[in-house]
Amino acid sequence: MHKTVAVIGNPNVGKTTLFNALTGLSNSTGNYPGVTVDRKVGAMRVNGATIDLVDLPGTYSLAARSPDEMIVVDVLLGQQAGEQPIDAILAVVDATNLERNLYLVSQLREFNKPLVIALNMCDLADKREIKIDTETLSKELGAEVVRICARSRAGIDELRGAIAEVAESASTNGIHGPSYPEELTREVAALETELGARRDKIGRAVPKQEAFRLLLDRDGYIEKRLARGYPEVTQLVEAYRNRVAHNGSLAAIEAKSRYTWIRKIVAAGVRKPATRTRTTSDKIDGVLTHKLGGTVVFILIMAVVFQAIFSWAGPLMDLIDASIGSFGDWIGGRLPEGMLQSLVVDGIIGGVGGVLVFLPQIVILMLFISLLEDCGYMARAAFLMDKLLSRCGLSGQSFIPMLSSFACAIPGIMATRTIGNRRDRITTILVAPLMSCSARLPVYTLLISTFIPAKTVLGFLNLQGIVLFAMYSAGILVAIPVAWILKKTLLKGDTPPFLLELPTYKVPQWGVVLRKVYGQGKEFVVRAGTIIFAVAVVVWALAYFPHADSITQKFDAERAQIEQSGVQGDELAAALQDVDNAESSAHLRNSYFGRIGIAIEPAVGPLGWDWRIGMAAIASFPAREVIIATLGTIFSLGGDVDEESESLKETLHTVQRADGGRLFNIPVALSIMVFFALCCQCAATLAVIKRETNSYAWPAFTFAYMTTIAYIASMLVYQITIRLGWGNIA
Amino acid sequence: MRTLDQLKPGDSAVVGLLKGDGAVHQRLLEMGVIEGAGVEVVRMAPLGDPMEIIVQGYHLSLRKAEAALVSLA
Repeated sequence: MHKTVAVIGNPNVGKTTLFNALTGLSNSTGNYPGVTVDRKVGAMRVNGATIDLVDLPGTYSLAARSPDEMIVVDVLLGQQAGEQPIDAILAVVDATNLERNLYLVSQLREFNKPLVIALNMCDLADKREIKIDTETLSKELGAEVVRICARSRAGIDELRGAIAEVAESASTNGIHGPSYPEELTREVAALETELGARRDKIGRAVPKQEAFRLLLDRDGYIEKRLARGYPEVTQLVEAYRNRVAHNGSLAAIEAKSRYTWIRKIVAAGVRKPATRTRTTSDKIDGVLTHKLGGTVVFILIMAVVFQAIFSWAGPLMDLIDASIGSFGDWIGGRLPEGMLQSLVVDGIIGGVGGVLVFLPQIVILMLFISLLEDCGYMARAAFLMDKLLSRCGLSGQSFIPMLSSFACAIPGIMATRTIGNRRDRITTILVAPLMSCSARLPVYTLLISTFIPAKTVLGFLNLQGIVLFAMYSAGILVAIPVAWILKKTLLKGDTPPFLLELPTYKVPQWGVVLRKVYGQGKEFVVRAGTIIFAVAVVVWALAYFPHADSITQKFDAERAQIEQSGVQGDELAAALQDVDNAESSAHLRNSYFGRIGIAIEPAVGPLGWDWRIGMAAIASFPAREVIIATLGTIFSLGGDVDEESESLKETLHTVQRADGGRLFNIPVALSIMVFFALCCQCAATLAVIKRETNSYAWPAFTFAYMTTIAYIASMLVYQITIRLGWGNIA
Repeated sequence: MRTLDQLKPGDSAVVGLLKGDGAVHQRLLEMGVIEGAGVEVVRMAPLGDPMEIIVQGYHLSLRKAEAALVSLA
């Protein structure tokens, strides 16, 4: 049986770098059951033995207020599902900032586990002339203390040895921790006894450390979790709290005891220059968070990030699209015509393409985010933008995910992992798909260039440009109240603390950055990709079946007739192409999608749509831009049309309704655009929401609320503009 | 009584009592904003909020509404 060691530390202490250095390439990422917290484990080889390292989420304290923080506590207590009990703790601390880092160490000390402390960033501490006496520290803390620099790998071998030795010895060196007021110690013991007596009602034993946190953390995660099965716990524990600090702050008692202990240790083992010198990091911040300079640099960085995902990813996506396309053609040419060919080419290969096409944007955005995070700029970006987003109940941490969603909601939603607060994160995920992404652009382009006159208004504005701008604004204008309402209702809660450490700037490490990008890309393909692929195959089936033989036979007969009629060369090819296109159209009409379209015609009537537009909208569920190919097929132009296609534009102008009137006019075009601006016709987005929230409820909610808003908004737009007489503008 | 949010960039002070008893109160204490600790205001964000302070030797960003919970000695 391998020994298991938990790796714990504050955020920004280089925990990931150290974890990678200790485990090499032998680590993997999974998920804890039921929550969206990553479980990172790796094997460390030392002296021929193997020790399993578990990398726990970075945290400043064990006073759990979120699932991430709760997992740290549960793993320490050996009561986390999916994790075996740990044998020892490796605490990673920042040598340049011992005071705050030791707060967590003081809490870890109380779990009666062997403890090793990795004193990271010792190089930086030396530079700042912070002298740390590890021997004294080790004695005071009752733990092995090893000086390391994870970036340069200094001290790593020594640390490996120390971990192995401590995990094996199982020695806790007695209890070296803060001392608390007597009434606190007494009440914790009494609470533990009482909870033990009520074990049957609670359903499990509550360890002493958990009782300690329960008492101190009013409305904390532990209290809420226990109250779910045993509501009386709140009242019960409140009596204990009142005995410890009547009307006073429990948190202050804990913090005071701990910081008193910390000051004593730091006074004994650390020598620092009397005055704080201005560090390089301070100087960089003088520019990067400066009122003017900081804003300019921020806008520049965001412009580059946005440009990269919006335009630079384009050629790569086209390349993937084209490669998948020619691969499909190649395979298609080797298979006999019929269902199997259609399934392989349109269903399977098309479905794989629908997954892979997102990779360039994901990789590029994740590359920027990992870089900005690793060097320390991410926290500054949140600092700069916080005020703007606090207006709708969010924080500065939502800015980059939102901005990225203008290129594509998928990397945008994946980027919400940098948001600490769960409610903020889910709110951001839910409104991110409202930002007009690049997949909406072909829909806008086609309809605007076909129906909106290229007139100049107000002297210098192009009417087409104004409409495009309006579509982009629609998403933002809806997102603001939606976020605000979500934070007041479904995701209601106290305003979370926005206490954000602004870490020391560091040169980014490509190893850490690339590994993160690779991990996220892989995860998208494996986890979200499977759902996207499945949806693509189902959508293919709905558009293909029943594929009546009678239709095929009718068009076969037409083809035979043309071939016998004596037309030759290009003329023959064109005539046959027309028949093929008409056949596809007839099959689509008769398909399950066609039938659904006809069934929902009364529902889409108020939007100015007929069954063909309704069907095309539904068929675009895998991705919005699919509507163009579907319209091409249904209007007998073939499925290869794109938004630049002149034949499609012409057809849109002339195609008629059942009653003989024109199907498309300006109000209909506007209604379609508004619908696509606000709806969530994107299987990939929903799959990623499922993955990131670990629940089917949130993607279902997103789809429902966005479709409802889209429907109402496009109905309003149609009904108003048709009454304004815009239906008659040619 | 003076509170942390009233300080200007460049000002230093010593932390007194913290108001409230919720999550913000507890998190402030854990992050080292505790009675007797020295704080220095570094700057305000370009939009006027949040503020950046140095406490326990590191840089911390907090909203003015949160800083208003911190009274100064």
